[in-house]
Amino acid sequence: MAEKFTFSLDGQEITAEPGQSIMKAADAAGVYIPRLCDTEGLKPQGSCRVCVVKMNGRTVAACTQPARADAIVESETPEIMGYRRDLVRMLFHEGNHLCPICEASGRCELQAMAYRLGITQSTKYPYLQPVRPVDASHPDIVLDTNRCILCGRCIRASRDIDGKNVFEYVGRGVHKKVGVNGDSLADTDVSIDDRAINLETCPVGCIIQKGRGFFTPIGERQFDLAPIGSNGKGRKA
Amino acid sequence: MAKTRVIEIDPLTRVEGHGKVTIHLDENNNVDEARLHIVEFRGFERFILGRLYWEVPVIVQRLCGICPVSHHLAASKAMDMIVGADTLTPTAEKMRRLMHYGQIMQSNVLHFFHLSSPDLLFGFGDDVGKRNIFGVIQENPELAMKGIRMRKFGQQVIEATAGKRIHGTSAVPGGINKNLSIAERDKLLQDVDQMIVWAQEAENIARDYTHEHLPHVSKFAAFNSNHMSLVRGDGALDLYHGRLRAIDAGGNIIFDQVDYRDFNDYLMEEVRSWSYMKFPFIKRRGPLDGWYRVGPLSRMNTAGFIDTPLADEAHQAFRQLTNGLPNQMSLAYHWARMIEVLHCVEKIKSLLHDQDLQGEELLVRGERREEGIGVIEAPRGTLFHHYRVDENDQVTFCNLIVSTTNNNEAMNRAISRVAKEHLSGQPKITEPMLNQIEVVVRAYDPCLSCATHALGQMPLVVEVYDAEGTVVDRKSS
Ligand code: SF4
Ligand code: SF4
Ligand code: FES
Repeated sequence: MAEKFTFSLDGQEITAEPGQSIMKAADAAGVYIPRLCDTEGLKPQGSCRVCVVKMNGRTVAACTQPARADAIVESETPEIMGYRRDLVRMLFHEGNHLCPICEASGRCELQAMAYRLGITQSTKYPYLQPVRPVDASHPDIVLDTNRCILCGRCIRASRDIDGKNVFEYVGRGVHKKVGVNGDSLADTDVSIDDRAINLETCPVGCIIQKGRGFFTPIGERQFDLAPIGSNGKGRKA
Repeated sequence: MAKTRVIEIDPLTRVEGHGKVTIHLDENNNVDEARLHIVEFRGFERFILGRLYWEVPVIVQRLCGICPVSHHLAASKAMDMIVGADTLTPTAEKMRRLMHYGQIMQSNVLHFFHLSSPDLLFGFGDDVGKRNIFGVIQENPELAMKGIRMRKFGQQVIEATAGKRIHGTSAVPGGINKNLSIAERDKLLQDVDQMIVWAQEAENIARDYTHEHLPHVSKFAAFNSNHMSLVRGDGALDLYHGRLRAIDAGGNIIFDQVDYRDFNDYLMEEVRSWSYMKFPFIKRRGPLDGWYRVGPLSRMNTAGFIDTPLADEAHQAFRQLTNGLPNQMSLAYHWARMIEVLHCVEKIKSLLHDQDLQGEELLVRGERREEGIGVIEAPRGTLFHHYRVDENDQVTFCNLIVSTTNNNEAMNRAISRVAKEHLSGQPKITEPMLNQIEVVVRAYDPCLSCATHALGQMPLVVEVYDAEGTVVDRKSS
């Protein structure tokens, strides 16, 4: 096994193994880098760009970029925080996010990220307000893509862990969305026990387990208790 | 514990109302009718379609900025029916009741101290500039402070039971998601006795006002009508749950102990071209004689008694004023509202001493149904929520009859009376007339005032139309 090395993250010395991503190395050192499409146990995909950092002056995705010896990495600088804010804002504008009536409120990573980044008001830009039908055909599971951020976590979980390929991207560009492998969810072999359906997998309120919404009182929800990133990883495994 | 915040995203936070009154004259420039136009939220009923039934109690709170808890609870009651929860656990039922009493208390107090107290303290003829909450604070700082503290107490009750002061999430289909912790209980217990004293004082102010100004109160926008509300099985006032009772102007029962799930057999809604808001009436009596009033005044008229001692005493005095016959005075709504505040605080106190609130059994489930109806006595009156939910758990039908809709015809008549007194023969809106229309609208406290409570002002536009339908005068407050 090759030698461990160190690099600098916002001035702090971080130890990494060869091939390890900046994110993984930072996690191991207990330093949080914001993220949405990446989560423990799934292969990194590098699509949301919320984990953007500067490595030796070049912007890279921390979840996919391997760390390098002696690299100077910047993360919590005003410039990078600004990028992250813009990215997260765009996600709110692209979907239909009505947090006060969403059962993911309080455990939603997108909402928690918005708070972390200090976004508490809507912007002057228009909301796209897409009209996307809710798929409630399955007896235990609902897919409400109005809140989907296309992180692909469900796709990877279903493919790589459940071995099922229940979810997939369909369409391109602005029309890209998450679809299911069948006419509707009821038509797939998805099960409530799948990793893809686990409440930890979908970061938002898009994949819903039926009939359990709002069971956790305000004040006791995951991010009421500890803001995102406060355990060094962003979500308890 | 981290403070909970919510990101407010525009579309659903925009619901607010403003009032417009149009007065229609006949060929002789006499008032033919008056219409109160309310920008209503029928759009909501469409918005709900396709949503999941357990989201509904949370979504419907966005309907109204001032009594969201009533919608939360009425929808939860309807969804109890959907999940087959016919009897809730004592903890769930009592937590919801506590929340509801907190809500009625804070809403009625807000209305009384912020909106009506200027009318009551300064009289209608007084300087308009003074007749607002700031005038009250200036001349009666102590009273104003009590109003603020009482409202805050009601809000604390809501926060402890619903999870948040506004737009909580605790009532869920089949029960509640939290109980009342000892710490939450003890915090409320500290103030509750003081609240009872102040509620009595406020009730006395409203009572004395009514007595002292009886010649005016008994005439101003007073008219015979039917009255309807939920009552308990023994006829007691019950704001959270019960059966429907309707009485006529003479106090005779029209129907009684009606299971509210059958309300469609007893009530109908008439559509009029000029209004989004429908006109409900008692089927048996038809639209001409079947319209009714709801809310605090009606509840005082329908209830046989009140099951808390101080409020019951006040209720008896209220009934004595009209020798036991239904009270028909629009301005008596104020007194009725304060009797209810007293009742709510008494109820809150007794619930706080009830150990069921610390129980752990929060949820029940039964056989799934496709139709859910929930009815509650909201601060402004009876509130109906009716839904159908398909086998995929999605809402396929939604009809709400809100308190303001129930009072629709009555408010139009009340405004008509005021307009008639002021306008006969001269199609000009005078300042006193504008004032008095505001006073009468305010007595009914229609939801349109929600957007304006904070400032203690009601933006009201009044227009007069001649027999040809041309606007001959227009004034706004
Ligand atoms: S998914 Fe998250 S961000 Fe979107 S509405 Fe729900 S809580 Fe808000
Ligand atoms: S459904 Fe959820 S997990 Fe899947 S892509 Fe959308 S947001 Fe990500
Ligand atoms: S977390 Fe790295 S791109 Fe999404």
